[in-house]
Amino acid sequence: MNHSYFTPHENAVSITITGSGGSGAVTAGLVLLESVARAGLYGLMGRSVGPQIRGGESAAMVRFSSQPVDCPGDRFDLLVALDWRNVLRFVDEIPLDERSLIIADPAAGDAPEALTQSGAQLLTLPIKEIASGVKGGRINMVALGAVGAVCALPPDAMTESAAHTLAPKGDAVVAAATECILKGYDSVAEGRSFAAAPRPERARARWNISGNEASGLGALRGGVRFVAAYPITPATEILEWLAPRLEQLDGTLLQAEDELASVNMIIGASFGGVPALTTTSGPGLSLMMEGLGLAVASEIPAVVVNVMRGGPSTGIPTKSEQADLNIAIYGFHGDAPHLVLAPLSITDCIATTQWGVGLAERLQTVAIVLTDQSLGQARAVIDPPEMPLFTLSRQLADQPTDPYLRYRVTAEAVSPVTAPGTADGIYTGDGLEHNERGAPSSIAADHLAQLEKRQRKLEGFDYGKRWAEIEGEGDICLLTWGSSAGVVFEAANRLRAQGQTVRVLAVRLLAPLRTQILREAIGTAQRVLVVEQNHQAQFFHYLNAQQALPPSAESYARPGPLPIRPGEIVDLVQQGGDV
Amino acid sequence: MSTAQDRKNLKPKDYKSEIKPIWCPGCGHFSVLSAITKALAHLGLAKEQVALISGIGCSSRIPAYVDTYGFHGVHGRALAVASGLKAARPDLTVLTAGGDGDGFSIGGNHFLHACRRNMDLTYIAMDNEVYGMTKGQASPTTAPDWSHSKLTPHGTGIRRFQPAAIALASGASFIARGFSGDPSGLARLVVEAIQHPGFSFVHVLSPCPTFRPEQRAWKQQVHPCDLETTDNPIDAAHAIQSDDGRSLGIFYIESLPVWRSEKAAQRSLSRIEQEFLV
Repeated sequence: MNHSYFTPHENAVSITITGSGGSGAVTAGLVLLESVARAGLYGLMGRSVGPQIRGGESAAMVRFSSQPVDCPGDRFDLLVALDWRNVLRFVDEIPLDERSLIIADPAAGDAPEALTQSGAQLLTLPIKEIASGVKGGRINMVALGAVGAVCALPPDAMTESAAHTLAPKGDAVVAAATECILKGYDSVAEGRSFAAAPRPERARARWNISGNEASGLGALRGGVRFVAAYPITPATEILEWLAPRLEQLDGTLLQAEDELASVNMIIGASFGGVPALTTTSGPGLSLMMEGLGLAVASEIPAVVVNVMRGGPSTGIPTKSEQADLNIAIYGFHGDAPHLVLAPLSITDCIATTQWGVGLAERLQTVAIVLTDQSLGQARAVIDPPEMPLFTLSRQLADQPTDPYLRYRVTAEAVSPVTAPGTADGIYTGDGLEHNERGAPSSIAADHLAQLEKRQRKLEGFDYGKRWAEIEGEGDICLLTWGSSAGVVFEAANRLRAQGQTVRVLAVRLLAPLRTQILREAIGTAQRVLVVEQNHQAQFFHYLNAQQALPPSAESYARPGPLPIRPGEIVDLVQQGGDV
Repeated sequence: MSTAQDRKNLKPKDYKSEIKPIWCPGCGHFSVLSAITKALAHLGLAKEQVALISGIGCSSRIPAYVDTYGFHGVHGRALAVASGLKAARPDLTVLTAGGDGDGFSIGGNHFLHACRRNMDLTYIAMDNEVYGMTKGQASPTTAPDWSHSKLTPHGTGIRRFQPAAIALASGASFIARGFSGDPSGLARLVVEAIQHPGFSFVHVLSPCPTFRPEQRAWKQQVHPCDLETTDNPIDAAHAIQSDDGRSLGIFYIESLPVWRSEKAAQRSLSRIEQEFLV
């Protein structure tokens, strides 16, 4: 299991590089993250962008440490402003204080009062002047060099990362970037580096991966070889990552005309025997619900990775929220048992997506995998992940009975299935209620038998220990799901450091809920706090509906777009509840 | 696996399943079913290598009545299911069938894009100008002054959807019209449609004796298309647009690039994973 959550983060550093769209803030952040990896450290990079394609605001937010990083910190140690033009649009996302440092170029004008009133110190550097002294020089690389100096990152790690990241842009760009980084580095006087910054360690092999890439990799590892695609923020990168790689694995990606088509395309491919997946975000998932009901009824394996964003409707497409839990669990028409899973970290997007594909195949049903923008569009430097070995696959009817009973009610309620091409296994898949043979039927006994079969195959399956990540023992139980796990684990570690006893329960398998084991895992905790990022406390109410919570359980549900920070949870616990 | 010799001996009735259709007596769809099974027998296709995909409606019940693989999905989405299946399993012969409401109203967007994608699919649209399964409402191909539905007692007042013209404009590479009253002629069209590489659209006039009894007169109204089959879209447009909607034949066949799954130099998954190493 994943032990990356044991992270005290006493020596983590948080940096943000901001600028107007096109200023190169995000590129600088990407190079910084890779530099962190080359320095033997771990890191997490989130990005904040406006809805504009060009000319908006953008910020790269990098937190790095000598231990794995799974959530943003409470505050920023360093803000580097490439310009001040649009910075006020995300000032709420950049908490600064008197220990923070702002690096800016006086030529870009004065720092806005909204930032300086935090008490942060200001370090002025002639960024623009330095860049103009380099042929083809860019301010973002000068700024990056300054960040490296302040954070005591080795210059080699930075220039090698820039060379790797910028290689597609040609040698001249790499040469200019290298010179800018070194000049930026030298522009910071000695003694200005953070004492608290984690020191570089002997470099070891690391992975640099985004949550969306991780979900795509999990899909491939799960055996997905057909993907239907309709673009939507913030899920599109999964599809873009998969498109060329499916071609390399003899698979197929098909761009659909809309989400109604994409979900039905994966049903068609999966009916053909090929494990299939699509990805979307909230509004797209709404359109897919009709097709997902069909997949449940016709028992065709189908997987949807839904990368959640602020909702409802178009909402806040570039920001994160965990607000699609209700539709994922309750959004189906009819009685439609299915799987809902949620990765707990960027790394976990690999294993949980892979598990979702395996379970959908094994149980011939729908799996919805709920990630979100904070995982999908963030990148992490991690240890090369241990890849789980699942033995979950579709049970094939190689030698079908005569007549072939496609929907035979078996002991475990999964009916071996044929794919077209199997001579004696001909059947018609149907969204109409049907008998065991697959012939349409509105007979009460057939309906009940098939409803029970579809429920029982999910309820009776042994999901093992992967249903949740459980850590610690204690009077306080912090209960959470999906992307909020990272921040909850860090808060728990801080509370433990203060002498509190805390248990964390981070749920991966949301449906079918392992209610009895969950109750046992909560045990006799005196205080139960349910943490999630949405406005309606969807997880809290779901758990209550399943009677999984003690009556005294409390909810901490806060919507996006601002991330939940570990200090919020620590404060909440310290303020005390009824206990 | 059936041998080629076995398949040569297959008769149209061998492609029919044991399930009895739910259709009303006199329904045109019976003859479309016969035409499809005749075409499959003529081509000697192995039953397990054929998949018939549909949506919802009277005509969409057809997969259960054919002894090939079948999928009866939801309303309007048959072409999407068929496209996913064909993309993932190019070895199969994939047929799609359904009605005018399913294909041109709720499934209209999928129809447009299936035409322009030009996958090697055959789409048989059984048009009776009415929603039969919901008991007689106007469909996209119903005449604007047809006032026999409680839903539109004054008629819809809106122009009819022109399936063949829209298929042409959307990029279909094979466009034909058949009539259920001529199952042999229809079977020949279906054979040609299946053999055509690319998206083949067969518009079938298939009367509904229950809600549109006046369609019995179609037998007297249908006639062969005046023009020869063309590969020129301008000539085809002229033929289709000047047509009375009752002419039969193949209007248009053009050799256009057929959608196919692109393949690249193969790599193992572990090689792909190396991309993430720093």
